[in-house]
Amino acid sequence: MNTAEGLDGMLPYVRIGEAFEAGVEWSTERLSPVFDGIATGVESLVGPLVDLLTAPPAIVVVLLIAGLGWWLRGWKFGLGAALGLALVAGMPFWEETMSTLALVLVASALALLLAVPLGILIAENPRASALARPVLDLMQTMPAFVYLIPAIFYFGVGAVPGVLATVVFSMPPGVRLTELGLRQVDREVIEAGQAFGASPWMILLRTKLPLALPAIMTGVNQVIMLALSMVVIAGMVGAGGLGDVIMTALARVQVGAGFEGGIAVVILAVVLDRLTDSIGARTAAAKAQRAMQQA
Amino acid sequence: MRTSLKWSSYRVSVGMEIVSALRVKSLYKIYGNRADKAVELLRDGADRDEKLADLPVTAAVVDANFEVRRGEIFVVMGLSGSGKSTLIRMLNGLLTPSYGTVEVDGVDITTLRPSALRKLRREKISMVFQHFALLPHRSVLDNAGYALEVAGVPRAERRERAHEALRMVGLDGWADKLPQELSGGMRQRVGLARALAAGTDIMLMDEAFSALDPLIRREVQDQLLELQADLGKTIVFITHDLNEAMRLGDRIAVMRDGRIVQIGTAEQILTDPSNDYVAQFVADVDRTRILTASSVMERPLGVVDVNSGPRVAARVLRETQTSAVYVTGRDKRFLGTVTADAATGAVRDGRQNLQEIVSTDHVRTVADDTPVADIFAPCAESPHPVAVVDADGRLAGVIPRVTLLSALGSVGTEVTGEPTRPEAAGGPGAGPAPAGTDGTTTPAARTPDPAPAVADTATPEVPAQVMADPPLRLEGEPA
Repeated sequence: MNTAEGLDGMLPYVRIGEAFEAGVEWSTERLSPVFDGIATGVESLVGPLVDLLTAPPAIVVVLLIAGLGWWLRGWKFGLGAALGLALVAGMPFWEETMSTLALVLVASALALLLAVPLGILIAENPRASALARPVLDLMQTMPAFVYLIPAIFYFGVGAVPGVLATVVFSMPPGVRLTELGLRQVDREVIEAGQAFGASPWMILLRTKLPLALPAIMTGVNQVIMLALSMVVIAGMVGAGGLGDVIMTALARVQVGAGFEGGIAVVILAVVLDRLTDSIGARTAAAKAQRAMQQA
Repeated sequence: MRTSLKWSSYRVSVGMEIVSALRVKSLYKIYGNRADKAVELLRDGADRDEKLADLPVTAAVVDANFEVRRGEIFVVMGLSGSGKSTLIRMLNGLLTPSYGTVEVDGVDITTLRPSALRKLRREKISMVFQHFALLPHRSVLDNAGYALEVAGVPRAERRERAHEALRMVGLDGWADKLPQELSGGMRQRVGLARALAAGTDIMLMDEAFSALDPLIRREVQDQLLELQADLGKTIVFITHDLNEAMRLGDRIAVMRDGRIVQIGTAEQILTDPSNDYVAQFVADVDRTRILTASSVMERPLGVVDVNSGPRVAARVLRETQTSAVYVTGRDKRFLGTVTADAATGAVRDGRQNLQEIVSTDHVRTVADDTPVADIFAPCAESPHPVAVVDADGRLAGVIPRVTLLSALGSVGTEVTGEPTRPEAAGGPGAGPAPAGTDGTTTPAARTPDPAPAVADTATPEVPAQVMADPPLRLEGEPA
């Protein structure tokens, strides 16, 4: 393109972008059945879930979530959640919020389905860990909406590219915290398992994973939070939900509508964060940790 | 309440099976890339520091050879970095040796496949860990039954056996608690219960009591000895605490820089350290608890056969210038003493039989394996030197008061200028610091050459080692 001076001129012009593009084009052509299958699968998850969440009157869903919050964290949080969600329903962004919730839940579930086994693999295998680390760094630091571009290539516009870009973006903390949790398990406790003749599989299932559960639950929490931030960006590719509201407000420079969409996201974020956080705190290992701190 | 010390070495002296539970032959563990080369060099006689310096390796265990007998507590003692933890982990295959064999009940475990090794661990060897290594998210009962769970024992039976094991360590009322709700000493008793519930004949204990407070440590030591008296497990016990080693060990292996430098009973290691390192290590211990009557006793000056008559007794008394002679019967069995008064009286009365005037009133008798600490009282009560008899009741030697007093008296001169060591006052097992790590301890001047006094040779002089006794403590243990 341009001719650089001095030393710069000696460096070869590396066409990394072109190579990537060629790869995406090639895979779009050759692997389209695979992508079609994935798209169908994701659609069949998101669609029914949105229907399920929007089918009953808003007040029923609000009370269900508030009740869950009450049970997990106490009446104060339950009341707060009820008020926040009632505000969302009153704005009225109820359907958009529920479809965002559905996208977040599906994307998080898929991300965790990949992240936790991968975390176990790299915790157990140093070579896999060395391989995975730079890939995870890349996934985490790549600007979020860059994922949307190849996603459009593969899946067109709509909920599916939004969900899949979200899966890629939100997965790394799930992998990292699973690995961390497993590595933090006391070496002597693992050794005790070995010394009493437990198989590696038994040690993983009955010792390591239960003890890593608090860290894994923190990972779940992080994945959900990242997914929530990403589905808003995914509004760019027509994923729908609150992302749509915000993108429209941005395009039309509607300050009020943008603020309302933002507040709805915040309320959803706080509710999801506190709920997943308290599930993590209720695991046996987390209770054991607290007992240790008190002692 | 406290049970009297069970000096393990006395318990196993009779009727022991010869079959060893564990046999370790030329065992090496070398860390690093050139482990094979390092083993080769070491087998050719290289010193750990010399030639190995050129290789990127660390020699953790070098040429370990020993056997652990069935039913004994075998203590491996050494400071941190001496390789003892590596050694114990090779005994159940947690670590794979670089060279050599480990036989458990005659089976070389170094050749076993992983599944066979796991089976062996389930059935033959359990382990107790320094930091307890309990599962924090499971109840005490579930932890105690862990080994059974791994072995696939049905739940009901597992719970029953776990309860039984908890009962043995006195924790049955705590079954539903989490480990964190228990004190350190109790947690380790759970660790012990877990190993006991496994029902294996061999137990490995890796610094099992080192993380406990000194007083708690002593309690669990007592408990272990009590349990061991009933169960007769084969125990390999790792410790850096000499007093603990002396207290628990039927035999002790002292490790240094990956090598076993001496294996012997507590008494052998005290009285006959194989080198300066061992000697320095043992300089701190309260010897009166380790040394036995047989190692301080002297040859009795006046001994007469019961058939020899009062006249002979009177002559021996005159010649030896003592106030009593020790009378032995058939097979040199000790019968009692005849005092000068009784002998001269019998001669005057024309009596022929010594049997009639032999008395046990004037002399106290102790077994040859009585710790020196327990001889002070009999010695003080006895007008004549205390008689030492062996297991068959034969007169092995005598301990005059002056012998014990000289041992006492020489303490001050040997450790001049040194402040009283606090751990010496606490008795064995109570010292918080590992013996021998105290850099200020002067190694007592000692002569390694003279053979230790043993029962059948009864060397007349007090072994030099006795002179280095720390201040003695007479109160405490019941006689």
